[in-house]
Amino acid sequence: MNTSLTPAEMARYARHIAIPEFGLQGQEKLKAGRVLVIGSGGLGSPVLLYLAAAGVGHIGIVDFDTVDDSNLQRQVLFTTDDIGKSKAEKAKERLLALNPHLDIVVYKTRFTRENALDLVKDYDVVADGTDNFPTRYLVNDACVLAGKVNVYASIFQFEGQVSVFNYPLADGSRGPNYRDMFPEPPPPGLVPNCAEGGVLGVLPGIIGSMQASEVIKVLTGVGEPLVGRLFLFDAASFMTRILKVQKSPDTKITELINYEQFCGLESPSELRPVKEITVQELYDWQVQGADFQLIDVREPHEYAVANLEGELIPLGTVSAAAHRILKDKKVVVHCRSGVRSAKAIRELEDLFGFENLYNLKGGILAWAKEVDASVPAV
Amino acid sequence: MAKIIIPTPLRKFTDNLSSFETNGTTVQEAIEQLTQTHTGLERHLLDDNRNIRSFIRVYLGEEDINSLEKGATAVAPNAVISIVPAIAGGI
Repeated sequence: MNTSLTPAEMARYARHIAIPEFGLQGQEKLKAGRVLVIGSGGLGSPVLLYLAAAGVGHIGIVDFDTVDDSNLQRQVLFTTDDIGKSKAEKAKERLLALNPHLDIVVYKTRFTRENALDLVKDYDVVADGTDNFPTRYLVNDACVLAGKVNVYASIFQFEGQVSVFNYPLADGSRGPNYRDMFPEPPPPGLVPNCAEGGVLGVLPGIIGSMQASEVIKVLTGVGEPLVGRLFLFDAASFMTRILKVQKSPDTKITELINYEQFCGLESPSELRPVKEITVQELYDWQVQGADFQLIDVREPHEYAVANLEGELIPLGTVSAAAHRILKDKKVVVHCRSGVRSAKAIRELEDLFGFENLYNLKGGILAWAKEVDASVPAV
Repeated sequence: MAKIIIPTPLRKFTDNLSSFETNGTTVQEAIEQLTQTHTGLERHLLDDNRNIRSFIRVYLGEEDINSLEKGATAVAPNAVISIVPAIAGGI
C-alpha cells in the first residue's frame, strides 16, 4: 500500500509534519491507519471529524440510526437539513467534504454479536462511541478476541471517562481492558442512558476530542497512550483525575456471549408483552370522554417540559405509589417512547396483580408526531 | 477529614452532593459512614455481605483499593476516596 504523501497532502498536514516527534513518518502512519468508529453520535462526531481532519486514511463508521432533532445539541457532524437521514451516510459526506483524501466505509447496521468480529477484523483500532452497557461489553470483548486496541470513552450528564484498552505491550501481552475495570455491569436502571439522564452538549466534544487524540497516538506511536489508566472529567466542577487500571487475573474472555442477558436486560422478544393502546386510540378516548386514569412514569424534569396532564409517578416510585393507581377502571401508562412505561406495567402486574394497565405505544414522542405537534417531542 | 467524591450517577442518592467528608480510618468505615448518612446509596454500593459491589470501583488517591488492602485500606485524614461507577453514554 502506498502511504507516501502527495504534495497536496503534504500541504494539508503541514502543521503535523512540523511537530518534531510526529513528522512525516507520523503522518504516513495516519494515512496507513485503519480505524473503526462505532457510533457517529455525540462522541463519534468529534472523533470522526478530528480523525478525518488529521488524515487517518481508512475510517469505518458503524451506525444504524438516523439523525433526530434532539441529536443536534451535541452531534456536531450533522445539520438541521440532515434530520431523518442516515447518520453514517451523512457523516461520510461531511468527512469527505472536509478531507477528500480518505477511504471511508459505512456500515448501516447495529454492532451485534453476530457481525462484531467481522466488522473489526479489517481495522487496527476501534473507537467506542456507543451508548449502552451491552454494546460496551461487546465492543470490548470483540477487540480482545480480535486483538484490536479499543479506545474507550463514555459520558453521562457532566462526567466523562477515557481509557485505552487492550493495547499491545512490549512483553507481547495486552494492557487492561474494560472488564478488568468493570467486571460486571451495573443493574439495569441504576445508570440511565443519555436520553433519560441527559448530557451537557459540549461534554462529548471535550471527551470525544480526547478519544480522537488517543487514537492518533496509538496509530502513530507518538506520546504515551492512556494505557492502564482511566481519565475522569467532571465538567461541573472542572475536576480531572487519572486513576490506575490493573489487569485482573479473573478476566477471561473466550467468546462473545449474550450481552443483553449479561447486563440483566432481556431482549425485547423475550419480554412478556403488555396490553397497548395507540396514541390515536387515547385521543379517541379523550374526545369521547371515556373514564380512565392516565399515568406518566417519566421524571419530573421531563414532565415539566411536556406532558399529557397525566398523573406523574416516576418509574422508580411506581411500586411505592401503587395505591394511587386505580384497579376499577382502565389505566393508560406512558413515558417518552413506551419502554419505561412497559417496564412499570410489568412491575405493577407482577407485584400487585394489576390487569387493567395499557401501555401507550410510542409514548409522548408518538403523541407529538401523530396527534398534537404542539407538544415538544423530548 | 478525608473526602469521598460522589460520581454523577449516584448523586441522586446524596441530595446532589458531590462529596462527603468522613473520619473513617479505613475505606470500609468511610463507605459505611457514607451509606449511613445517605441510606439510599447502600444497596448500590454494598452487597449482602457488605462488600463493595463489583460494578463500582473505589480508589484511594489514584490507587484501586483492590490493589491495596480492599476495604481494610487505611485512610489518612486528608485522603481522597473516589467512587467510580461504569457509565455508558456516548450518543
